[in-house]
This record gives sequence, C-alpha cells and structure tokens, in this order.
Amino acid sequence: MTNPDQERRIAFEWREPRSAYDVVIVGGGGHGLATAYYLATRHGIANVAVLERSYIGSGNSGRNTTVIRANYGIPEAVRFYQRSIELYQRLEEETERDLMHRQKGLLWIAHSEPGVRAERARAAINTAFGARTEFVTPEEIARICPQVDLSGGGIWPVRGATYHPEGATARHDRVVWAYAEGAMRHGVEVHQRTPVTGLRLDGGRVTGVETPRGPISAGVVLAAAGGHVTALGEMAGLRLPIRSHPLQALVTNHYERRFEPIVASADLLFYVSQTARGEMLMGAEIDRQPSYSYRSGHHFLQYTAFRAITLLPFLRDLRVLRQWTGICDMSPDYSPIMSATPVEGLYLTTGWGTWGFKAIPAGGEGMAALIATGEPPELIAPFSLDRFAKDRTLADRGSAGTH
Amino acid sequence: MSLVIPCPNCGSRPVEEFVYGEVPLVPESITDPDARDLDRAFMHGNPEGPVVERWFHAAGCRRWTTVRRDTRTDQVLG
Ligand SMILES: Cc1cc2nc3c(=O)[nH]c(=O)nc-3n(C[C@H](O)[C@H](O)[C@H](O)COP(=O)(O)OP(=O)(O)OC[C@H]3O[C@@H](n4cnc5c(N)ncnc54)[C@H](O)[C@@H]3O)c2cc1C
Ligand SMILES: [Zn+2]
Repeated sequence: MTNPDQERRIAFEWREPRSAYDVVIVGGGGHGLATAYYLATRHGIANVAVLERSYIGSGNSGRNTTVIRANYGIPEAVRFYQRSIELYQRLEEETERDLMHRQKGLLWIAHSEPGVRAERARAAINTAFGARTEFVTPEEIARICPQVDLSGGGIWPVRGATYHPEGATARHDRVVWAYAEGAMRHGVEVHQRTPVTGLRLDGGRVTGVETPRGPISAGVVLAAAGGHVTALGEMAGLRLPIRSHPLQALVTNHYERRFEPIVASADLLFYVSQTARGEMLMGAEIDRQPSYSYRSGHHFLQYTAFRAITLLPFLRDLRVLRQWTGICDMSPDYSPIMSATPVEGLYLTTGWGTWGFKAIPAGGEGMAALIATGEPPELIAPFSLDRFAKDRTLADRGSAGTH
Repeated sequence: MSLVIPCPNCGSRPVEEFVYGEVPLVPESITDPDARDLDRAFMHGNPEGPVVERWFHAAGCRRWTTVRRDTRTDQVLG
C-alpha cells in the first residue's frame, strides 16, 4: 500500500473536457466516481467523464460519519447493503489503497419493550436475507462495550440490542480518491470545477450537458448530484420525490481509551464511533426544514451531547472540536433511487439521504451494470424511480433514519 | 444559530418548537388526475431559493403560520 502522503497527490490532468463522451456523470461524489470506476473496470466503458462542480468529495461523501452496515429492515435493503459491505471488505486490495477500513461491530441499542421487539425483528430479517445480526442482552452489551451506562442515566435504560459484527468504518475521502484514481487509471476523465448548468435534450432523450466550459455531448448522462439532484431533474423537466435536508455531525477531542464498536440507539436517534485518531464522532437526525444551508446549529450540539452523555457518561469529559453539515437527498420511503428515468439516456442515483456512504461500492456496481446493459441488476431493480407510481415503495424508516 | 421562525402569536421562536408543513404545489402542466395525485403525494419542488411554507407551533400557541424562507441561507423573508 502507498503511504498516505502520496495518496493525496492524485494526478489530475487539468485539460479541457472533450466535446463528447459515451457517458457523462454529473457529480464527483462516491456514487458518481464508483459508477465510473465500475463502468471502466467491469464493462470496458472508459469513454466517460465525471463532471464535478467543486472538488471531488466536496459533497456528502466527504462529510459523512462513515458507518458501513447492512442491518436494514427490509429484504431488498439487507441484500443490497450486504453486497456493499462485502465489496468494501475487498476494496483496499482491489484499489491498492489504504482506505483505513476497519471492521468494528455495531450495537443498536433498544431502551423500551417496543424497541426490543423491533431489534429482535431486525435480527430475524437480517439473518433471513444474508446479513449477520444477533440479539444481545444488556450483560452481553456490557462485554462488547464496557463504556455503556446500562441504566441510561436513569432515563433510557438499556433493555437489549442487536449486534452486527460486520459493521465497519472507512476513511471517506480516501474512498472517494481511490475510486477517482482507479477510474482515471482506466481512462475515465474527472473534471473538477465543472458545473453542469443544463441538459441537452432531443425529443424524449438526453444528448449531452451544458457547462461553462462548453457543451458536451453524451449518449448517457447519470445524475449523481447528491442533495442538488432536484435542479438536475428540473433541467430535464422531471419532478423528483426528493427533499433536501441538512444533516449535522460533530467530533470531539481525543479519547485516550479504545472504543471499539459503533454504538447506535434508535430511540435516541443518535450514534457514535471512534476515529483512527481517537476522536469520538457522532451524528443524529436530519434538521426538520428542507434547506441547502450548511449552517450548523447549537440545538444539534445540545441534544446530541445530552443523549450521548446519558448513554456514554465518559463523553462528559471530552470537548467538541468541530461540527459540520451536509445536504441530504431524502426520499419519501427512506430507500435509495437507482434508476433509468422517463427521459431516454438519463439515469439517476439519488435518495442516498443520510445513509449512502456504505452504499458507494454496491451502488456504483449496480448503476454501472444498468448503464452498460440497459437492464437493472436484480440487487438494484427494486429501487427504481417508478416504484412510487406503481405503489411499490420500500418503507425502511426505522433502519435508514440516521446513518 | 439555528433557524428562527416568526410566530404571529408568540414572536420569534426556535425552529425546534415547530412542525414543518410543506405546501404541495402540483405544476399546472400536469393535467392527468392520477399524475396530479402522484405528484402531490411524492414529488417535491425542493427549490434552492425562496419558498412559501407552513409551520405549526407545536410547543407554543399550537397554531399554523405561513413563512417565506430562502432555502439557500435559511433567512426568513419579510
Ligand atoms: C453528516 C453526515 C453523516 C452521514 N453519515 C453517514 C454514515 O455514517 N453512513 C452512510 O452510509 N452514509 C452517511 N451519510 C450519507 C452519505 O454521506 C451520502 O449518502 C453519500 O455520500 C452520497 O454520495 P453521493 O455521491 O450520492 O453524493 P455527494 O457526495 O454529495 O456528491 C454529489 C456531488 O455532486 C456535485 N454536484 C451537484 N450538482 C452538480 C452539478 N450541477 N454539476 C456538477 N456537479 C454537481 C456536488 O458538488 C457533489 O460533489 C452521511 C451524510 C452526512 C451529511
Ligand atoms: Zn406561536
């Protein structure tokens, strides 16, 4: 593996985009770049440009809390995210990059009888569809994570949890760079500072994009624009089932002891893990107003700190170092949208909300296959855009809610 | 600072006291009744810029108010 300092030097070639490609991908986040990577490496389609309006990873792919897990609540999601877990487990080897991928195990704690029932159901459905999740008692929780206060500060007593041993984290910007570099090694062009300002349409099909650096034609355009996907839809006359909500996160200073697992609580809508530097990284639920503002708020700090300290009293002695925000593309059913659209040649990967980092490998793999063959592979087929019209929504709020 | 919502009854209060209410605006161009229902149920304008929305002051006077807000800045517009 290369050393980290070398990794920062990605050899971008700062030339102008060409006037035509087979595929133009709008958005240099994890999903756009992974799709380019799999198009080039699995399907031999390398005449591809990724157009990023800022720098790659500037969106949510460089702002998230990096939780990787497959303990979702519906069969379609469990299967899909389990595939992504497995691709992540091999990604360092495949890309020859140190992604700081670490399997840590994840505890999802329940504080009430309904919560316990929900976690038992999660364990059952996960096991049935290929993810490893088991129900654990408070005594077992104390063994896995001795820092948990089982009395929940007298407010949220710990009644049980599910344990998901394959829960993991990885360094987010390294994942973005690894996919970008891997794609470029196979001939893909990545152009930063290149916003797409319009879509070129001819009848019912897309023929290219407009940019300040000139028009670019393409037979296929993929919108992978994160929280800004609605604007791209509008350029094609499409209305999308997406609302953009801010999601905040925070990190503390260094905690000198090791904190092994990722710990989440559905009742408290809060989760925490330790970074490689020893900082405690935590997140919670989305802000209630749809918004594109990156402003961070005091309320988030206050309630996150309160919940965190109640469950993990040692956090009391730490200090908040940083707080930040990303703009999440929330879907109505809390499931992603990986799909063709009514506009021929125009594809979407969106609805990644607060949960799409873990999905970057499997999402990119699935979208590349869809673009290359015109048919959605089985794993992503349920996540089509037309599911809303067909009354086949994939409600998964309980497990997608926060991370 | 998080978002502050001006309540006509209670004055300016933090957003956490309110419940959000989108005003669904189905475009005139959609004429088919089923397509209008679908749009109303699932689709969102999700504008980057000024938006008219409803807020319910759940932890206050428990009345609805209408607010104009710029979603790029969270500034409430007069
Ligand atoms: C605080 C926070 C914590 C999170 N925690 C987790 C977690 O623990 N686990 C997890 O799985 N997920 C998590 N997520 C969600 C995850 O980060 C996202 O779902 C994922 O990164 C989405 O990747 P993306 O490539 O679709 O979007 P992005 O990474 O946002 O990339 C979209 C890119 O498109 C570009 N773009 C937009 N419009 C245009 C245009 N017109 N022209 C050119 N470029 C354009 C943007 O600049 C951006 O770089 C979290 C998100 C946040 C904000
Ligand atoms: Zn009021």
